[in-house]
Amino acid sequence: MTNTNSPVLEMQNVDKHFGGVHAINDFSVKIERGKIHGLIGPNGAGKTTIFNNITGIYAPDSGKIFFMENDITKTTPHKVAQLGIGRTFQNIRLFSNLSVVDNVIIASNMDAKYNMPQAIFKTAKYKKLEAYLREEAMDLLGFVGLSDKANERASSLPYGHQRKLEIARAMALKPKLLLLDEPAAGMNAEESLDLVQFVKEIKSHFDITILMIEHHMDVVTNLCDHCTVLNFGKTIAVGTPAEIKSNPEVIKAYLGGDE
Amino acid sequence: MIELFSQINGAVSSFFQINTYLQGVIIMMCINIIAVLGMSVLTGFTRLFSFGNAGFMSIGAYTAAILTVQFKVNFIFAIIAGALFAGFIAYLLGSITLKLKGDYFLITCLGFGECVRVLFNYMKGTTGGSAGYPGIPPYSTMLFCVICTVLAFFIAWRFIHSKYGRNLTSIRENEMAAEAVGINAFRFKRMSFTFSAIYAGWAGALYAGYLMYIVPNSFNLAKSCELITTTVIGGLGSLTGSVFGAIIVTVLPEAFRALANYRMLLYGLAVILIIMFRPSGLYGYKEFSLKRFIKGIINLPQNAKLFWERITGKNKIKANKGDNGND
Ligand SMILES: Nc1ncnc2c1ncn2[C@@H]1O[C@H](COP(=O)(O)OP(=O)(O)OP(=O)(O)O)[C@@H](O)[C@H]1O
Ligand SMILES: [Mg+2]
Repeated sequence: MTNTNSPVLEMQNVDKHFGGVHAINDFSVKIERGKIHGLIGPNGAGKTTIFNNITGIYAPDSGKIFFMENDITKTTPHKVAQLGIGRTFQNIRLFSNLSVVDNVIIASNMDAKYNMPQAIFKTAKYKKLEAYLREEAMDLLGFVGLSDKANERASSLPYGHQRKLEIARAMALKPKLLLLDEPAAGMNAEESLDLVQFVKEIKSHFDITILMIEHHMDVVTNLCDHCTVLNFGKTIAVGTPAEIKSNPEVIKAYLGGDE
Repeated sequence: MIELFSQINGAVSSFFQINTYLQGVIIMMCINIIAVLGMSVLTGFTRLFSFGNAGFMSIGAYTAAILTVQFKVNFIFAIIAGALFAGFIAYLLGSITLKLKGDYFLITCLGFGECVRVLFNYMKGTTGGSAGYPGIPPYSTMLFCVICTVLAFFIAWRFIHSKYGRNLTSIRENEMAAEAVGINAFRFKRMSFTFSAIYAGWAGALYAGYLMYIVPNSFNLAKSCELITTTVIGGLGSLTGSVFGAIIVTVLPEAFRALANYRMLLYGLAVILIIMFRPSGLYGYKEFSLKRFIKGIINLPQNAKLFWERITGKNKIKANKGDNGND
């Protein structure tokens, strides 16, 4: 269907203003299949805004966004998700009052291909599908190491587990592109090393492309094939983590910022 | 058909020795349960507040009344038509208002309920206006209403425990996250709203067949508020809680007839007390289970102690934090 050389995600000259704030200024990126691309920059640089433009929470003022050669510039959030882009949020957004396993099952709603009468009469097809979805959700929880927490309330999990659950939920969509917004936020060095391992496992296991926002330079160096560095909405550097780290512009932005 | 039902009903009620007064209480209880179940799906599971559901009851009641009286339609079809017509109106109203942000929906619902009331008062030719609509056949026998209630509960239960209910709950919990996993929040909110209106219409149609005479003002704002408070008292996010809530709200005023005039006051008081001591209602986010109930009875002394500690604030439960932030 898509030719293997075409990028999974392509953004062309995307612009976004909030009143007087130029949150994204002429942003372009191409992410190849199977790569991990890092998005870094000081606070308020516009990283989350880029995610929100990709996922349709905001529509760009100008520019184009393509996902697997489909124009998704003005697509609504649920459509973007249905097309195959999963995401996590900077401040975790779980279905807090629901059980851990339900958090994951909800994300597989597109695979629940039964209709209302079948649900009300609990037909064989309904039962089979529901059992299958639960099994799949349990597999995913097993993968992220939360099997034993399946029936606990999502909000009762410790912070690190909540992050993992949010990733598991995004994976239940079976996305082709995963957007991670500061997955290592609030983690110490050891925990973020854990996270690096975890993301690597996800990538190889699910054969997925990842765009991630990250502040921790060691996480970026360990994971990313390419990076884009933003400051005040502008792209100030593009390259491999090694190239980025020695870029004088980047050093200046970070020293000038509060990082 | 009606005769058949009332004969069986007569046999059943004389077998169980249920007198006419008690039958009336049970019928009102059933009507309230059905309307509150709809409210529960909307408010308890989707966190949408509608102060206009009495309007949908009214639509269901008048549709069923006019169809049975004027067009001699079989009452079962008339009830179905009333419920579906209320649902259809909700679908249209929801299509317009649910795209707006939260508060607008609430306000338009309130306005809608009042519009229906004023309109039915005004349309003297079809509804009889404020003089009322008389001569409705007495199809809402106790037996029939109980059957309807069981059916309504069964459907709501299966609905809520399928992907539909899960999707609604995910919107209640975090709309942005729900969208991020491919759930069309607008579509499911409208489904929830339509569902609640169908139940309200169903309840209204039964109400018409019980009183045999309806006036637009029975379905006023106070009735809408009563539906919401009952849902809150019963517990948000719990169908069994809603049933208990509806039973309590119907039976208590009967038990304390002398206090009937203070009904709204008592509702208010109950809601304040519940918000203070049990913010999630009698059965919030939990369904009644016989096993747990029996366990609870066995451990009664201990539970009573826990409950007392909670009331006196020694064992505070965490309140839910609101959802804010834009990323
Ligand atoms: N909904 C909004 N309304 C108004 N301004 C916004 C909105 N969202 C973001 N902004 C502004 O856009 C700029 C970029 O914000 P964004 O959240 O994308 O930054 P970020 O790079 O993710 O920063 P952080 O590291 O703090 O998460 C900021 O100046 C922010 O105040
Ligand atoms: Mg951010």
